[in-house]
This record gives sequence, structure tokens and C-alpha cells, in this order.
Amino acid sequence: MAITREEVLHVARLARLALSEEEVDRLRDQIGNILDYIRQLDTLDTREVVPTSHAVEMGTPFRDDSVCPFGDKEAILSNAPDRFEDFFRVPRILED
Amino acid sequence: MEFEAVIGLEVHAQLSTQSKIFCACSAAFGAPPNENTCPVCTGMPGVLPVLNRKAVEFTIRTALATSCAVQSKSVFARKNYFYPDLPKAYQISQYELPLALAGHIDIEADGGTKRIGITRIHMEEDAGKLVHEGEFAGAQASLADLNRCSVPLMEIVSEPDMRTPEEGGAYLRRLRDILVYLEVCDGNMEEGSFRCDANVSVRPKGQKEFGTKAELKNMNSFRNVEKALEYEIRRQVEQIEDGGTVAQETRLWDAAANVTIPMRGKEEAHDYRYFPDPDLLPLIVDDAWIDALRKTIPELPAEKVARLASTCGISRYDAELLSSSRALADFFEASVKIYGGNPKVSANECIHWKDAVAAGKISPETIAHAVEDRETGKISATASKTLVELVIRTGKPLRQLREEKGLSQVSDAGALEETVAKVIAANPKEAESYRNGKAGLLSFFVGQVMKETKGKANPKIVQEVLKKKLG
Repeated sequence: MAITREEVLHVARLARLALSEEEVDRLRDQIGNILDYIRQLDTLDTREVVPTSHAVEMGTPFRDDSVCPFGDKEAILSNAPDRFEDFFRVPRILED
Repeated sequence: MEFEAVIGLEVHAQLSTQSKIFCACSAAFGAPPNENTCPVCTGMPGVLPVLNRKAVEFTIRTALATSCAVQSKSVFARKNYFYPDLPKAYQISQYELPLALAGHIDIEADGGTKRIGITRIHMEEDAGKLVHEGEFAGAQASLADLNRCSVPLMEIVSEPDMRTPEEGGAYLRRLRDILVYLEVCDGNMEEGSFRCDANVSVRPKGQKEFGTKAELKNMNSFRNVEKALEYEIRRQVEQIEDGGTVAQETRLWDAAANVTIPMRGKEEAHDYRYFPDPDLLPLIVDDAWIDALRKTIPELPAEKVARLASTCGISRYDAELLSSSRALADFFEASVKIYGGNPKVSANECIHWKDAVAAGKISPETIAHAVEDRETGKISATASKTLVELVIRTGKPLRQLREEKGLSQVSDAGALEETVAKVIAANPKEAESYRNGKAGLLSFFVGQVMKETKGKANPKIVQEVLKKKLG
């Protein structure tokens, strides 16, 4: 198996997912299959290949540094699950 | 056992662009909550980031000014974590392939110069700001203001080359001065546009291997960085001397208590699962662009100090004070170009009036004329100060004010002879004592003449005339 149960739980915790026992087993199988599939690349000699981060052969385009306000704060705040005045209201994060 | 500290610093500098790094929202500080937000910087589905060219240029210029190698290809990556000030749940940063590598800056240390290596400089976006609702412990919510989300930052990571808190402070100040000279960052630590985290460890002197390091956060002034380093070095040494070990952890500087305290470890806080951001193609920088930007690098603080001290006839100390601001140094140079008779006095005047210089309240002529008129005896030191204050208040030229207010002083010996004679005649007893050897009485006579002339006489000339008449 390409991935351990602990690794599945670790990744789930990082993604804030609470998985049932049955889901852990199923995801372990599925992720394991995906990893096994990708592992086929290990059979290739890539020593001379420059690592590729993107499939497109060009640089990122730029924008000029000019301000153009979106102008609809209400539309942005309408996505807030909860709001207080013009703030997004979120569950308190305990710093210490 | 003697210990030495090993210090490396990470600086986050906010780039002084108008707009954010990946969208056209204003990057200005202090707008009403969530005023500067749009679908891109609040992480709405389906949006695409587009890189701000100026932010790239500011970072390249910083790299050039710190002798870094600008990379022809760098890649933006996603740093994944959940926090309410980060609406996308990832920060766009650069990780494996940063924009610049392997530079250095030179600092003054122990009367000499020490080279501090720069590991890398990369670009990233800032996160938003959380305001905690209510001051009481039971508050249920935090309030998120996303104005700062996606404001452009560059992170400048030093090599662990510093050995004392003073070297750390010197490095930070020099770096800040460079950024301000380049006009890529306002360098304001208190407002958070120039932030510093420190990695510090200790080891027995002579040992090659590093000790276990602690990361220090939450220092919002140069002084606090130095104090936090001092405290932390002492703490780690004591820990080891007491037979303990240093834990690898993040510690917060508590400026009120003057101590560092462990930050409660966020579980798995360092598993960020970086990967190249598929929304942003690699950042390609060609040589022509770098060469064009190289031409925009001004004379930097260290070069300026050296040049002013060696060519302008002023002390290194004054050169450093003047070079603390590019505008002040330019002002000084413009002023001595108009009147270069006594650059030391010009330097002192520029430093004395630096706030007025910064506020644009006086021109290089103001100082040049004030110094020249003093040198030639047209005005007294007191009148010079009064006149500069009047220039600041009224905006009128110094020499016009000098005439309007009658602040010219009389330097013509002939014109003063009558007053001097009168003063001597009015104080025969003192004149007698002076003649009998009480030389200290000369200043009494100078005072009397100054009083008689309402301060307009040139005290130097008055002395000469008095000596002649009393002699």
C-alpha cells in the first residue's frame, strides 16, 4: 500500500476533514491507487529534464500598477457567513 | 564556558506600490474595513491573479542593491493553511524557486566592516487583519478586515551570519535604509511595513555546529529586536548551563515584560504543503529588464556616507546623520553647492533643521544663505536661528526676512566705535579694572555693546574694537 492510515488521517486533519473509519479505508485505497499510478514516472530517467511547474511554455503576464476599485463592498460582504458592520465575523481564534 | 550566538533575520517588507500584488485594489494603509477588496483578493471562485509589474521591479531593484543574483525564472507557490485572515486558505508566495539568491550587505561592526549574507529574496502576498471583538476573555468572535490581503511583500532572508544583538540591529537598520533609499518600502516598523523575525541559537565558542534555534516574533522596533535577542541569548545560555537543552520553538517578544515567551504551538503548523500555483505562470525576467533596472539604483547609504565624509570635509558621524535620509543628504549637497564656505556648519544646520527639511519648509538656499551670512559676519548666530524659524513660519526667503526684520548685524568697526566709546565712558570703574588686569570684564563690555545695539553688532568685531579702545 502506497499510503499509511496515519498519513490519510494527517492529511484529513490538515484539510479539516472528519472521516469515518470506513472513509479512511476507502480513501487510503483510492489515494494509494493514484500514487501507484503516478509512481510509474519513477521508471523514467529524468536526470536531464528541467523540473516543470506548468504545462504552458510562457512567462506570467503582468498588469500595470494602477488602482481600479472593485466598488461593490456589499457584494463582497454578502458572502460573509456572518458580519458585523463592514467586517467578516468569524469564530474567535485563540492566540494563546 | 564561553558561548556565542548565531543570529539570522527574516524581514518582511511591504512594497510601496499603489495597487495590490495580484489585483487592482488599492494597497493603501488605513482605509475603512474591507473597502479595498475584490473577488480576487477575497478568494472568490473562478478568479485569476495577475502579477503587478511594479512589485516585481521593486523586488529586483532590492536584489540588485543587495548584490543578489536575480533569477531568470522564479515560481509562485501556494502555502496552504487555514486562518480567518486568509480567505483563499493559501498564501501565494515563492518557495523552491525565489526571485533572488545569494547576496549580501555590509554593516559596521567593531569598528570595521562585516559582510552579512542574504540567502534569498522572494515575493509574496500579505494576509488580512483580525480585530478581536471586545476586550474580555469570553469574546466569541473575531472580525476580519481583508484590506491588507494581497498587499505585496518581499521576504528578505539573511544567512546566520550575525553574532551579537548589535550586529542584528546594524543589519536591520542598514537594510531598512537601503529599501527607503530605493523607495520600494517606507520602512515603518511600527506600522508594520517593515517586520522582522529572528532565528537565534547559541553554541560554545569554537564549536562549528549550530545549536538548536528558537524563532522570535512580535518585535515592532529596532530596539525591541535587539532587546529580544539579548534576552533570548541569555535565556538559552542559562538553560544550557543549568544542564538543560534548548527547545526548537517559536517565541513571542513581550515588550511590556521584556521577556520572550513560547508561542503555543499550532499543531502541524509547519506542514504547508507548498506546490506551484497553477494560476500563475513562472515569472520570467530577462537580462534587458535587469539592466534597465540596474540603472535606476541610486547611490546607496554606505556609498553616500563614504563619499560625503571623504569629499565634503565633514566627519563620518555627520555624514551618517545626513545619509540617514536620502532627501536630507541631497538637501545638504544642494546647500553646499550654493555656499560651500564651511561645510561642517552647513552639515550641522541641515541636521539641526532636518524636520523642516523633511517637511519641505526650508530650501537649500535657506541654509546656504544662513551659513554664508554668518560666515561673513552679516548676521549673528542668534539671528541665523531666528531667521530660519521665520522662513519656516512665513515661507519668505531668508535674506528678504533679514532686511525686513533688520536682523543684519553691524560688522563695520568704524560704525561700532561710537557705541563702544559710549559704553566705556558709562562704565569707568569696569574699564579701570579691565585695564588693571581683570580680562574677564571684556565679556561684560561686549554684553553692554550688544545691548546698546539691540544685538545687531557682530560680537567678534565688538571685541576687537573694545580691545583697541580699552587697551
